[in-house]
Amino acid sequence: MAEISMREAYGRALAEYGASNPDIVVLDPDTSSSTLSTYFAKRFPDRFFNVGIAEPCMVDVAVGLALGGKVPFANAFAALLAFRAMEQVRTCVCYGRTNVKLIAGYAGISDYKDGPTHHSITDVATMRALPEMTVIVAADSSEAARWVPLVAEYDGPVYLRLSRAGALSAHNEDFALRVGKGLTLRQGGDVALVATGTMVGRSLAAAEMLAAEGVAARVVEIHTVKPLDADLVVQAAEETGALVTAEEHTIIGGLGGAVAEALAQRRPAPVERVGIADTFTRTGPDPETIMDAFGLGVNDIVAAAHRAIARKSAV
Amino acid sequence: MSHYPESLISGLEERARQLRITSLEMIFRRQAGHPGGSLSAAEIMAALFFHRLRLNPALPSWPERDRFIQSKGHASAILYAALAARGFFPTEDLAGWGNLECHLQGHPDRLKTPGVEMTSGILGHGIAIGAGLALAARLNQAAYRVYVLIGDGECQAGIVWEGAMTAAKFRLANMTVILDYNDVQLDGPVHEIMPLEPLAAKWHAFNWNVIEIDGHNIRQVLESLDLAAENHGGPTVIIAHTTKGKGVSFMENKSQWHGVAPDAAQFAQALAELAAPSAVAGGRV
Repeated sequence: MAEISMREAYGRALAEYGASNPDIVVLDPDTSSSTLSTYFAKRFPDRFFNVGIAEPCMVDVAVGLALGGKVPFANAFAALLAFRAMEQVRTCVCYGRTNVKLIAGYAGISDYKDGPTHHSITDVATMRALPEMTVIVAADSSEAARWVPLVAEYDGPVYLRLSRAGALSAHNEDFALRVGKGLTLRQGGDVALVATGTMVGRSLAAAEMLAAEGVAARVVEIHTVKPLDADLVVQAAEETGALVTAEEHTIIGGLGGAVAEALAQRRPAPVERVGIADTFTRTGPDPETIMDAFGLGVNDIVAAAHRAIARKSAV
Repeated sequence: MSHYPESLISGLEERARQLRITSLEMIFRRQAGHPGGSLSAAEIMAALFFHRLRLNPALPSWPERDRFIQSKGHASAILYAALAARGFFPTEDLAGWGNLECHLQGHPDRLKTPGVEMTSGILGHGIAIGAGLALAARLNQAAYRVYVLIGDGECQAGIVWEGAMTAAKFRLANMTVILDYNDVQLDGPVHEIMPLEPLAAKWHAFNWNVIEIDGHNIRQVLESLDLAAENHGGPTVIIAHTTKGKGVSFMENKSQWHGVAPDAAQFAQALAELAAPSAVAGGRV
């Protein structure tokens, strides 16, 4: 059975969770048919607020609902939520520490059809820099659904990053999902592939290719980019001596930045960052084509692993 | 004719006078703050904090309290003066305003200061946040009202009108906005920097109930707040025509007093002008 998209999984999960938690309220700036918050809207029309094309207003209304004791899920395209509404997020959500859940759909390059205006490749960097913010990136559809109750019941601001599309499955068995706790999905001692979001599945595929070459690659999923599970990353550095980070995001300031910061302080090791170079992207026929064209291919991860391993001797 | 007795009116006028004095004392002591927009809002704040708002200073998080958001957060001096006078924290705290260890931040911070409903200081947020609070009241079947004090220059920010559309769409009759229309902003007169007129027509066009008053006339402030609460059709904006720097002759209508502290001689003159209760018998001349 083909896996459903992340937004489909999220939308269904939100509507389902809304039945068990009456404090959940949902906002959307005229994108509910895209983010699929529409499932919640149809089921709980009194708890759904469409504010029109006004992402900053949506965030502020969500702030007010949170002050009033509700748990607002504010949905929008990541490109608008993280940038047009950034001041609201900084001042009223983070500095005011209101219990607002920002659900950033269509993140990365997943809105392939609309192109760079709607690609969101710097949002993790900016959100991660905000005090009080928790930044979570879902790796696949099953994970996107499982984050809904966890995010709702987590106390404080959360930025949950979702893809419009599906992703290579990152999990084929039950797994323990906890905010701030990374997951070692595959053991290996030669190199660690530390990935987030849609790049987790691709990193698992890269590990398979590396295994065929005789290279034992560990795969670590960091879903919570902030607060970073630094212990798990340091452990990977100590046990493999070389790391690759992989994210559907610019190489500046995202997961690669977070991992490099942690290792620079605690356990320096070679780090190769797989991500979008410091450039805007382009429109493409599908997400995979754009990802492959902008350095996010499985072969890019494999090549980065070889570079990281080669640098071990230089340390 | 209003049912408010003259004794109540004169008492609130005295409160307003004290709020002006306390605000200027704070700004002078700290040599920082925003005098102009604090002085213009004195009668509004007096009417709200000493008559209209249902508050419980001993229990700032009392669930049934009315919610007041000072969207024009730069006028924090008069908010702090009102909260202290109302008993939310000791008046001695006001002397520490701006000190690193003091809970009183340059702009209001809901996490640090009891009675501050929402962090503010960057202009424009109050109406949209207030709309969210009003929606929460509806969902929770809570009886509290939401009051938002905004500035006029603030109305140049697009987010104000995004919030205005939202409050109107959801018919938030439990929400009252008071617009401190002193026509002066940092760089000069509002009508020159970015004209707002026809301002009442704008709010009408956004489907708000609109009341225009003399914002220095306590009786008019009280009556307009009553009218707003009695209207069940949607949100109300009270356009309060005020004078920036009201009560201190050399500050009145002067943009240079938007965010500058007086020196010792100026402070002494201001206190002298505010000394007599009759000095600010606004709206009754």
